[in-house]
Amino acid sequence: MPASGVSPTMSSIRQQPFGAAVLVLVWGWLLFLVLAPNLLVVGASVMTRDPGSFLSLPLNLDAYRQLMDPLYLDVFLHSLYMAAVTTLACLLIGYPFAWALSKVEKRRQLLLIFFLIVPFWTNSLVRTYALKLILATNGLINSALLSLGWIDEPVRMLYTEGAVIIGLVYLLLPFMILPLYSVFDDLREELVMASHDLGAGRFATFLHVIVPLTLPGVLAGVMLVLLPAMGLFFVPDILGGSRNLLVGNVIKNQFLDARNWPFGAAASIVLTLTMAVLMLAHRISKQRIGEEGSA
Amino acid sequence: MRAGPMKQTLLSLSNLTKQFGGKTVLDSLDLDIYDGEFITLLGPSGCGKTTLLRLIAGFEQPDCGSISLSGVDLTGTPPEGRPLNTVFQHYALFPHMSVFDNVAYGLKMEKRPPDEIRDRVEEALAMVQLQDYARRKPQQLSGGQQQRVAIARAVVKRPRLLLLDEPLSALDYKLRRTMQVELKRLQRELGITFVFVTHDQEEALSMSDRVVVLKDGVVQQLGTPREVYERPANLFTARFVGETNFFPGNVDAVNDGDIIVDVFGLKRTLRKPDFELHPGQAVHVLLRPEDIRVLEPTDEQGLAGRIVERNYKGSTLDSVIHLDDGTEVLASEFFDEDDPAFDYRLGEPVRVSWVDGWEWLLPEESSNASVGSLTDDV
Repeated sequence: MPASGVSPTMSSIRQQPFGAAVLVLVWGWLLFLVLAPNLLVVGASVMTRDPGSFLSLPLNLDAYRQLMDPLYLDVFLHSLYMAAVTTLACLLIGYPFAWALSKVEKRRQLLLIFFLIVPFWTNSLVRTYALKLILATNGLINSALLSLGWIDEPVRMLYTEGAVIIGLVYLLLPFMILPLYSVFDDLREELVMASHDLGAGRFATFLHVIVPLTLPGVLAGVMLVLLPAMGLFFVPDILGGSRNLLVGNVIKNQFLDARNWPFGAAASIVLTLTMAVLMLAHRISKQRIGEEGSA
Repeated sequence: MRAGPMKQTLLSLSNLTKQFGGKTVLDSLDLDIYDGEFITLLGPSGCGKTTLLRLIAGFEQPDCGSISLSGVDLTGTPPEGRPLNTVFQHYALFPHMSVFDNVAYGLKMEKRPPDEIRDRVEEALAMVQLQDYARRKPQQLSGGQQQRVAIARAVVKRPRLLLLDEPLSALDYKLRRTMQVELKRLQRELGITFVFVTHDQEEALSMSDRVVVLKDGVVQQLGTPREVYERPANLFTARFVGETNFFPGNVDAVNDGDIIVDVFGLKRTLRKPDFELHPGQAVHVLLRPEDIRVLEPTDEQGLAGRIVERNYKGSTLDSVIHLDDGTEVLASEFFDEDDPAFDYRLGEPVRVSWVDGWEWLLPEESSNASVGSLTDDV
């Protein structure tokens, strides 16, 4: 080796300019687009609201105190409730869906997953407007029901809690199905057979073997659905009217309308911390079935 | 059949047929498995041996036919209701459970009291010498240890019958040999009937009380390892089990107790086989490599040829000889302690003969076109 006086890292960087460039890019990306903005948000959350320049000193925890206000606590809890119902609905639809998908012949699986991904090519805002046309008072569903004579006057579906949840489920379901499909695809048929062989019926096998082994996928799916479900502010904006707000709406309103940056920042930090707790739970469950050791 | 103590049938398969997508995997198979025996299902991949095992375990349902255990019909019973257990090819240990919980699983499903579960699991783990590994996760164990956990998990339920689906195929050669001995020991100690599936004929011969040779879902031969090896029922068995030299023979004369067969112009008097023969008929003379004797070129008897390959194997010297007409012959001879010069040079002319009475005759099979191949590299 020629680089006898240079440290191994230095010499490898010199020998691999492409690798070094990629590393700089990745670290630069993380620093400027992930770490710095988050630090800015943390900083903003402990500053004081200023009508002129948005933020000013002194530092304080007023914003967090304000979050405890019953009004916002209500919004947060209602948002959490809608997100939880959305997640549960996605799980109830996605779990059997992913299970069935993993049982389909391999070549068809790829085609079905392709169909699952196709809607992503259309902007989710556009798809939400499409949903609005379907749910509207003179929309597709109501016209169909009216012409069939099943109802006498249009059913109110738009601007309800249900409409928001339908919109969220529609947008987020693939994020539940994909991680679940991945764990079901890895689930070896032999393990299910072994369970039956040892005397476990269908339900016991489901409970003791299938659920624990697919739990990392469930948690990954919950993570990918629950948090966006609290933040997708345009869904209540389009489908929900004024009463069905998400935490995302609160954050957006604080920054853009109320101009209360510390409060918006504090709300988004609470949301981020919720995500961190979920990720931790996911990690622990993965370690418990020992995937971390082989990965 | 060898004379012995009265054998009691434990598992009886009759007229079992299974098709997958129009392809017949098992064709009206009949088989009786005796209580306490070690029986091996041997055959190349796709012969139906794994399907047969899955039918016995209940993972597949037969298209027709029946399976009964001690006279009780099991055909419609789901796997969880059958008093037998399986050791899977890739162990199929539950990765989210400790070794202890894996072994305890079957007993927990039976809702045994915790004390009994603990005692029996510890006993089963001690049997496979893994009592110190109870708290580990399966993936923290070596392949051989995982295999032993799988066996402990299956036998802890004290099944009448243990099904083993190529359980040693993922292990390296040395570990395989150790596990073969260990499995035999366990089978003797537990007195459980073992149904063992393998494609490895050596494994089948060394472990089993009886061997079932399967091909295309049909039993080719059922017998002791010795019967299968020394007296193969047909060319497939002869070729699949061990290495075989096939010499084309022509019956010259049929006498009362013996026959005269012409092999490459050499006339030998052979024992009369138990199938019908008439003069002029073509037969196969089967000779195992160890039946062959390599003689000096000056010897009067035997077929002339020359050495084309020699392999020193430690206890034996294996050689390949090409006869003058190009036929290849495999020979495997034990070292003669008294003959230090026992060895061949490549190209050396020799004569080839065989020990009288060690040959095995099979009739010509019209359906089998590929009789010309002499070796079998399965």
